[in-house]
Amino acid sequence: MTQAESLRARWASLARCVCDGARLMVGQGNYDAYVAHVRRTHPGSEPMTPTAFFRERQNARYGIGGRGGFRCC
Amino acid sequence: MTAIQKHGPWALVGALGAAALAIVATGRGETVNALWIVVAAVSVYLIAYRYYSLFIADRIMRLDPARPTPARRHNDGLDYVPTDRYVLFGHHFAAIAGAGPLVGPVLAAQMGYLPGLLWILAGVVLAGAVQDFMVLFVSMRRDGRSLGELIRAELGTIPGIVALFGTFLIMVIILAVLALIVVKALAESPWGTFTVMATIPIAILMGVYSRWIRPGRIGEVSILGFVLLMAAIVYGQTVADDPRLAALFTFTGTQLCWMLIGYGFVASILPVWLLLAPRDYLSTFLKIGTIVGLALGILVLAPHLQMPAVTKFVDGSGPVWSGSLFPFLFITIACGSVSGFHSLIASGTTPKLIDNETNARFIGYGGMLMESFVAVMALVAASVIDPGVYFTMNAPAAIVGTTPESASAAVTAMGFPITAATIQQTAADVGEHTVISRAGGAPTLAVGMAHIISNVVGGKAMMAFWYHFAILFEALFILTAVDAGTRAGRFMLQDLIGVAVPAFKDTASWGPSIVATALCVAAWGFFLHQGVTDPLGGVNTLWPLFGISNQMLAAIALTLCTVVIFKMKRERYALVTILPTLWLAACTLTAGWQKVFAEDPRVGFLAHADRYAAALAEGKVLAPARDAAQMSQIVLNDRIDAGLALLFVGVVVAVLGFGIRACLAAYRAERWTALEADPGAVPAGE
Repeated sequence: MTQAESLRARWASLARCVCDGARLMVGQGNYDAYVAHVRRTHPGSEPMTPTAFFRERQNARYGIGGRGGFRCC
Repeated sequence: MTAIQKHGPWALVGALGAAALAIVATGRGETVNALWIVVAAVSVYLIAYRYYSLFIADRIMRLDPARPTPARRHNDGLDYVPTDRYVLFGHHFAAIAGAGPLVGPVLAAQMGYLPGLLWILAGVVLAGAVQDFMVLFVSMRRDGRSLGELIRAELGTIPGIVALFGTFLIMVIILAVLALIVVKALAESPWGTFTVMATIPIAILMGVYSRWIRPGRIGEVSILGFVLLMAAIVYGQTVADDPRLAALFTFTGTQLCWMLIGYGFVASILPVWLLLAPRDYLSTFLKIGTIVGLALGILVLAPHLQMPAVTKFVDGSGPVWSGSLFPFLFITIACGSVSGFHSLIASGTTPKLIDNETNARFIGYGGMLMESFVAVMALVAASVIDPGVYFTMNAPAAIVGTTPESASAAVTAMGFPITAATIQQTAADVGEHTVISRAGGAPTLAVGMAHIISNVVGGKAMMAFWYHFAILFEALFILTAVDAGTRAGRFMLQDLIGVAVPAFKDTASWGPSIVATALCVAAWGFFLHQGVTDPLGGVNTLWPLFGISNQMLAAIALTLCTVVIFKMKRERYALVTILPTLWLAACTLTAGWQKVFAEDPRVGFLAHADRYAAALAEGKVLAPARDAAQMSQIVLNDRIDAGLALLFVGVVVAVLGFGIRACLAAYRAERWTALEADPGAVPAGE
């Protein structure tokens, strides 16, 4: 790998980290990781679509029984 | 590696921090540069993180990188996911940092910047970060269970119920005090009211966009919302300048109070995707962005502190809040030093996402240090403005009156000379009619932030914009908290009432939901209304109650941690949590007692009630009451507040008692008695 390539790879991983971090701040986990997990552990079942995943996470954060949306003072 | 190579650089950091603190503490007579405060704080954090948190991790917790975390054991791709530690740090920090660390230090600045700074630094290192880290550890070792469940499991059912009940009371007080901050910031301010009201249609638009148009595109929809928000701030000036439009958006505190109560009720029964979630995106990202911006502003501008290091108000005679340095400083600054509320976050989603036990140190201890730094910046922002302006803005109308002349005379008499012209000029600079008696911390912080940021970007012409930006940013996440908190309180109440009436537990049916929501809104609305109509500005009543309740929860959480340490048979290190527990118990018990029984009516609720009751008996009416009915209302309010403070005292004493009992039992036991999940993974006992 050339120096430029490794720099670019580093930059991409930093951008991914910032992006993941920003999404997790509002309760949205990583969709790709979820899909990979379902494929690995439940090979027979189909993972949720991105939209279904988004809504499921939204409800988990703010909805019934969800407390993650309640901020500290 | 030799000891010098290993510890040498840290010794230098320590020396730098000590030198900076010495400059900050001894700089009498001349103003001190705020950068010294930043250097002192960062050095203290680095040393504490490198040594103290490592000591806790190695000796007390014995964090084991090989031991599977809940995220590894229960990985479901949703709630339990092993997460990168930097990503998780951001998540945790965004969840713990709110209005608290921004407002408390501003209020505490009335005693000068030094007492507040020392408490923030000592408190976070020895109490706050220890609590967050320990609770995160305890929950992580128990499948990420919540604080209530942990207390029930380790201390018993009754202390568990007492703690849950205490948590509900805290939530009510927090919501009331947060709403009060918004009311104080928006009263008689058409510009501020317009921009904050504009967030509702903006959020609904965002909600519709991310529900049906492009679901899941959080970045896109947040940028859209942000652009509209900025447009709302800019247009807000036009609204404020146009007399007809301004009249539409000018409200008194009482009107805003009722509007907020109505808003809280409606917002918390709407679907979450419509208003709550999209506004949460805005408030979260704006919060992080503003904190970063404020830090950069302080670093670039390097402002000098105008507030004295220590003012004469350490004796308890201050106009912003009454009561002496001990115990009231230590409950006025809760978030930023030690905040019990964090124990709910540290036993919430975070422990379910940790990918490796050893990362708990960075996330738990490190995250709290970061929040403490936010508190230090808020203290700096409040201390860089003219102290005359600070006291004009924060003293109640009963002391400074309502005109620039009366305020200038009153504040100058306090020993902080300021002219009426300066007061008017400050109001004009930030685009408001008046800045007099805008208690609650948010407007003061906004003036400080506008002062710092406008000196870096935009100059004086942009000051009004930055002021309203700061107000909007605070109001935004406070309204999110009001909405989400009312929802959480409603679920809690439905659970509680459901014990007696099982049908009430059905959170999907309308009847119980509406009744529980109404009860929850009525609870915080009661305290909000009382605060808004309080002659001493409301902050004087509600902020101490909030501080006491928050520190009470911290004492409960630290008691749990102490019990766990005893149960792990590592009691030789138990002072790490016992000392902060005792300190918080001393502060909350003394403050609670004084708020109830102090003879000074500005401090003691009962003395205040007696004064009004005596006047009522003689047929007199004392301001702000206008008739006998309002007089009796004030007496009743005071007695309810006194009862609440006593209740907090009772909760602390009860949990301490249960804690001591559990510690003794664990001490007498021959073996490890802690209830960790998968205990086989660690050697039991020593």
